[in-house]
Amino acid sequence: MSKSNTILYLDGVSVSFDGFRAINNLSLVLDKGEMRAIIGPNGAGKTTMMDIVTGKTRPDQGEVFFDGQVDLTKHDEAEIAMMGIGRKFQKPTVFESHTIEENLMLALKGPRSIFPALFHRRSVAEARQIDDILGIIRLGDKRDELAANLSHGQKQWLEIGMLLAQDPKLLLVDEPVAGMTDAETEETARLLRDIARDHSVIVVEHDMHFVRELGVKVTCLHEGSVLSEGSLDFVSADERVVEVYLGR
Amino acid sequence: MITGRFFAAGADRRIAITIFILLAAAIIVPPLNLAVSPASAFYVPSYIVALTGKYLCYALLALALDLVWGYCGILSLGHGAFFALGGYAMGMYLMRQIGSRGVYGNPLLPDFMVFLNYKELPWFWYGFDHFWFAAIMVLAVPGLLAFVFGWFAFRSRVTGVYLSIITQAMTYALLLAFFRNDMGFGGNNGLTDFKDILGFNVQADATRSALFAASAITLALAVFVTWAIVGSKYGKLLMAVRDAESRTRFLGWRAENVKLFAFTVSAVMAGIAGALYVPQVGIINPGEFEPSNSIEVVVWAAVGGRGTIVGPIIGALLVNAGKSWFTGVLPEFWLFALGGLFVAVTLFLPKGIIGMWDSWRGNAKAMRAASIAEEAGTDPDVPPAKIVRSAARTPGDWSASGPEPQPAE
Ligand SMILES: Nc1ncnc2c1ncn2[C@@H]1O[C@H](COP(=O)(O)OP(=O)(O)OP(=O)(O)O)[C@@H](O)[C@H]1O
Ligand SMILES: [Mg+2]
Repeated sequence: MSKSNTILYLDGVSVSFDGFRAINNLSLVLDKGEMRAIIGPNGAGKTTMMDIVTGKTRPDQGEVFFDGQVDLTKHDEAEIAMMGIGRKFQKPTVFESHTIEENLMLALKGPRSIFPALFHRRSVAEARQIDDILGIIRLGDKRDELAANLSHGQKQWLEIGMLLAQDPKLLLVDEPVAGMTDAETEETARLLRDIARDHSVIVVEHDMHFVRELGVKVTCLHEGSVLSEGSLDFVSADERVVEVYLGR
Repeated sequence: MITGRFFAAGADRRIAITIFILLAAAIIVPPLNLAVSPASAFYVPSYIVALTGKYLCYALLALALDLVWGYCGILSLGHGAFFALGGYAMGMYLMRQIGSRGVYGNPLLPDFMVFLNYKELPWFWYGFDHFWFAAIMVLAVPGLLAFVFGWFAFRSRVTGVYLSIITQAMTYALLLAFFRNDMGFGGNNGLTDFKDILGFNVQADATRSALFAASAITLALAVFVTWAIVGSKYGKLLMAVRDAESRTRFLGWRAENVKLFAFTVSAVMAGIAGALYVPQVGIINPGEFEPSNSIEVVVWAAVGGRGTIVGPIIGALLVNAGKSWFTGVLPEFWLFALGGLFVAVTLFLPKGIIGMWDSWRGNAKAMRAASIAEEAGTDPDVPPAKIVRSAARTPGDWSASGPEPQPAE
């Protein structure tokens, strides 16, 4: 397999927690500009895979490359984030004691050192960017409210908004529609398809209806490795997939 | 922008009032002590000036702790060490000002060195005959220690209770070191018998008034600086690290540097507090490194309300006034009272005095708005959540450790 033209390249990755193999010889390749949906039963290792890519967890074995050349296992979370990998957590994680606007301001692409932050003044360009994002995530009328007061679904959207503010090359989106109504779910699918036009995206989700809406290639993980890969119809027809979801 | 915020209402107005009161005290108290006749009702006795001057130093120390504990969740149980180091730097200057007026009359060596048979001044005492040098050391020594300590602690991601324990260990280690005679800081007697500061007699009423004013002005300045830091984008980041450290990392921020900056600034503030304290009490000894001193600072901040800037100041003043009174009446029971106070505040006033005041005011306002709405015959749909402005916008629940390492799921 060649790494060129890939945005993310995992090969033979394994990681164990106290002897338990959460990721087992996992190989996964994402092309530049591609959006991929990842499904799999609870405990399949989907979140752990994102932990490995974003530098939170070091793999015991295997290669993890970003953009075809950067070895991600040699960098920490902040460095990886600055290279252009953004992440939405499974449990929505926003800064609850800050307003929506302040949350976006902290996420906005820009210098990340202390002194510029200390003397920072919001520029017109930044204000416009924040306004744009507030429009996209439909929280414009709540901009001055504390993030703690948002509903679960709104927090999910705020976190997606923070991802947009970061403007990464690759977005890792863990279970974005948990806690959303059907209408919100469809809206989120539309938003992600929009984002995917000029970003590479990995979406983890259990909601098959939502995955169908995305209309992209699907990878099914099971016990830390790839069980099946292809179109949603292909994967959901795969006997082994049916077995891990229904059987046991 | 800054000035706009400064004159705004709410929590920011409280900051402005605090600064105003402190500056007013700095201007008014010295003449009331020096120029007013003791028979007058307006006379401020010298012992009150000295006592409140001392309390203002404690308040500055509590404010320093608030920057790291209230706004970044770093529960330092070693801030007394930074205070003491600033105090020692000032004490060394004051020792060298004694000159040949010591008991042994040695023009170069302080009394304790003559007594311990020192032949020459240790190298680390050089320069302390100059005030400017001592002043730099007051800032540099605590700042450097905090920087080095924080560099290792935050980089290795020591957080919560573990961080509190190692800060406590740090102050304890310094306590043991400063007790040793061969350290060259006067052993368990510490530094005392000061004569002059900047050429003025430290015992004189005028000097004491000046030190009081200096403490009040410094505290006012520190309130302003802390408020400016906390209100900046960096300040928002500081609170973000407190509430969701790993989230800030995945946004590309170096959480360890965010903490390191606040910790160092805070230590410098604590050092300044110590330096102002020593000439007012006339002594600095290793007892200031006592781990329990650092814990007391936490109690002050908790009583007043952490993460509010003004709260820890009020807490420091009230608890210390209580301490002075208590140790006069029932000295043996002071520590029990302090412990009881801490438990009571934790249980009944988790946001401290300021937090209680805010929610009381918030409820009163909401109730007033509701009754007005009712009179007008409209629906009283005033959302109380918007009116109650909590301390530093809720520094989490009352977990002693602040934010724990969060699972990134
Ligand atoms: N830090 C850790 N320490 C120990 N075990 C862990 C750790 N992180 C993950 N695991 C384990 O690894 C396995 C995979 O977990 P992971 O969270 O990646 O699953 P997932 O596919 O995201 O599941 P879900 O759909 O429930 O989110 C689980 O059994 C989990 O308990
Ligand atoms: Mg998961």
